Amino acid sequence: MNFKFIKTLRQKSVEVVSVLSVIVLWQFTADWIVQNKLKLPSFYDVLVSFFSILESGSFFTDLLISLLHFGIGTIAAFLVGIPLGIAMGWFKKTSRAMDPIIEILRPIPPLAWIPFAMAWFGLTPTAAGFIVFMGMVFPIIINTYTGFKNIPKIYVEAAKVLGCNSNRELIRYVALPSAMPSIVAGIRIAMGVGWMCLVAAEMFGVNEDGLGYELWQSSHLHRMNFVLMYMLLLGFLGLFIDRSFRYYAESKLLKWKAGIVV
Amino acid sequence: MGKLSVKNVSCTFQKKEDGSETEALENVSFEVKDGEFVCILGPSGCGKTTLLRIAAGLETLSSGEILLNGEKITGPDPKRGMVFQQYSLFPWRTVIENITFGLEMQKIEKTEAQKRAEKYLELVGLEQFKDSYPHELSGGMQQRAAIARAFANEPEVLFMDEPFGALDAQTRNVLQDELLKIWAQKHVTFLFVTHSVDEAVFLSDRIVVMSARPGRVKEIINVELPRPRSRTSPEANRLRDHVLKLLEEERFQKR
Repeated sequence: MNFKFIKTLRQKSVEVVSVLSVIVLWQFTADWIVQNKLKLPSFYDVLVSFFSILESGSFFTDLLISLLHFGIGTIAAFLVGIPLGIAMGWFKKTSRAMDPIIEILRPIPPLAWIPFAMAWFGLTPTAAGFIVFMGMVFPIIINTYTGFKNIPKIYVEAAKVLGCNSNRELIRYVALPSAMPSIVAGIRIAMGVGWMCLVAAEMFGVNEDGLGYELWQSSHLHRMNFVLMYMLLLGFLGLFIDRSFRYYAESKLLKWKAGIVV
Repeated sequence: MGKLSVKNVSCTFQKKEDGSETEALENVSFEVKDGEFVCILGPSGCGKTTLLRIAAGLETLSSGEILLNGEKITGPDPKRGMVFQQYSLFPWRTVIENITFGLEMQKIEKTEAQKRAEKYLELVGLEQFKDSYPHELSGGMQQRAAIARAFANEPEVLFMDEPFGALDAQTRNVLQDELLKIWAQKHVTFLFVTHSVDEAVFLSDRIVVMSARPGRVKEIINVELPRPRSRTSPEANRLRDHVLKLLEEERFQKR
């Protein structure tokens, strides 16, 4: 175990050295050059602030609240975006009916919906979830739609001569698996956008908890070490969510693509 | 039972942009007897693929009709299998899952479907690639799997649209041999489109030679060579020569 750890450390030596140097450089710059905790808190300050929220337990409540906001938005975006994208990609009429509406709504920045989110849902997790939803739903719709548009005709024809003829069966057995790489790519883009919207929604105080909210509060209190700590935390969490999804998608949904040279 | 009658089939395509019409097929008629192996041969663009696609139910004709055992063909049906020139295996399914696809669609019970698929996999010699994905197979193996997939549905007639067209010459010969072996074991009617004279002469009971566009039946040739056939026997060469001359005539008429 210990030996294995050293081995990976040795294999990743360049990466490790690079990260360590940045930390050292940061600590040095903060302590000796900037010497102003408001402008640049040091690595040590940030570490201390992290341990303090771990100790007080606020880390866990804020994390759960943020994940709740994100979860509401994600699930809603899946439930609306994927079926809508499928319907638009498969039925020409649906596409013609929905396309103008989507093209009008899509360019509106998701954060512009914050006033209405608060008017409709009050200061609730649903309001924050709604903002996340607005950020996520369009990339999902568009990628699902594109995936369906680009299904090679030959697969549909091959399925037809094998006895797969109803729309329902063709979508389920041919179109959906064929479009899956595009849908997965859309979900990954959407999750990135959704994560940004989450922080912004929380900063506006849509709900009085969550990592984004704490970040904004710390800024009001001039606790810049906390601000920086929350920034890094949000970054790591975003990275973690993306990696977990990618791992799931590649090992389950897109197993067949492994090794395909694109 | 798979008796196919093509009766006065014509087909015109309309271009979307300017509404101009192209006549692909003109009054094509011939019969394919039950269990017969018929090749359609013709210059490129003569509509032979179109004819096959109409018979498979993937394209609609302008006039005339195609009957299978006296029943008019209107749309795709698992009774009529098809193997395409392009690689058409579903890349998200393993080889065996590709072969069970048609059986799944017909709601055949899983273990039974598995058993049947394995039988056909063995027939094309791909047992050890059962759980591979299509991209892990060579072109020849992919077409073998596609043939097994078409056979697994136990169709009455099999349409083949230049299935070996994308393969190298040696693989092509091997697959032709194998196809004939399967044909000898399974009672299936074959309608096989090709642009290769050699292939047509080697495989078929009869060759339908088509004219240049619009496609018409130019001549139907009986291939009375004993099976198993030799690719280079003097009789085969004589026949090949005759067919090549027919095709050459078409080329000159076109100019």
